[in-house]
Amino acid sequence: MDEIKLEKIKKKLSKSTVGIAGLGGLGSNAAVSLARAGIGRLVLVDFDKVEKSNLSRQYYLLEHIGKTKVDSLKEIIRKINPKVDLIIHKLKLEKGSMEKPFKDADVVIEALDNAETKTVFIEEILTKLPGKPIIAASGVAGYGHSDRIMTKHLGKLHMCYDGDAKSSDDDVLMAPRVAIMANWEANIALEIILGEDK
Amino acid sequence: MSIEVNGKVIDWVENETVKDLLRRMRYTFPLVVVKINENVVPRKDFSEVKIPNKSKVAVIHMISGG
Repeated sequence: MDEIKLEKIKKKLSKSTVGIAGLGGLGSNAAVSLARAGIGRLVLVDFDKVEKSNLSRQYYLLEHIGKTKVDSLKEIIRKINPKVDLIIHKLKLEKGSMEKPFKDADVVIEALDNAETKTVFIEEILTKLPGKPIIAASGVAGYGHSDRIMTKHLGKLHMCYDGDAKSSDDDVLMAPRVAIMANWEANIALEIILGEDK
Repeated sequence: MSIEVNGKVIDWVENETVKDLLRRMRYTFPLVVVKINENVVPRKDFSEVKIPNKSKVAVIHMISGG
């Protein structure tokens, strides 16, 4: 292990904030990954409660069923890395004010589910918080085809993308592919914060 | 006389706008970005910007799931 590099990374990450919109398959997995990596602060936004069906791909445990996702994830992250400063917003993001919880984040991760909502969220961040990097995911559903996934860099928008995937309305959502996309988003966040790994 | 849309080669149609092309391709997912030869086309210009012959068009969609 390159200890000097690791120290530099830890120092930089500990001073950085990532905002995550939605704590389902993408958001819960990305948040845990960033907590393990040593991110300083996470802004976590979700209104929903954990359901049994979520356990097929989201980071929660049986004991969290019925509890809110924000509280459940807080509990999980506390047990992994208690140093992470967690800013919790138990709310549904509404069109017109979606950017509000993310004003102070260095990077924003879109981890919502519905395509229209995802698109509206991206537009609100890009237009109301100009200069703020945003990472989004499109084409999460199904299994296999890992090598169809790619990163699209579109100015301040970075997309984890599989343009040939089906909508989750007509397909299945399964842990491996959802977790790949979630960690892909988290990995882009590290790249934005730390600069390209050379 | 052809263009490439998301890697697929199709006929070039004279005076076809971005809006017309999206209709021809039957893209129904919400759109994030349309690029012609790596240049992003602003959404407000979709009905005015014409697709040049031999251009490479990238249509980036948002697909549900998360």
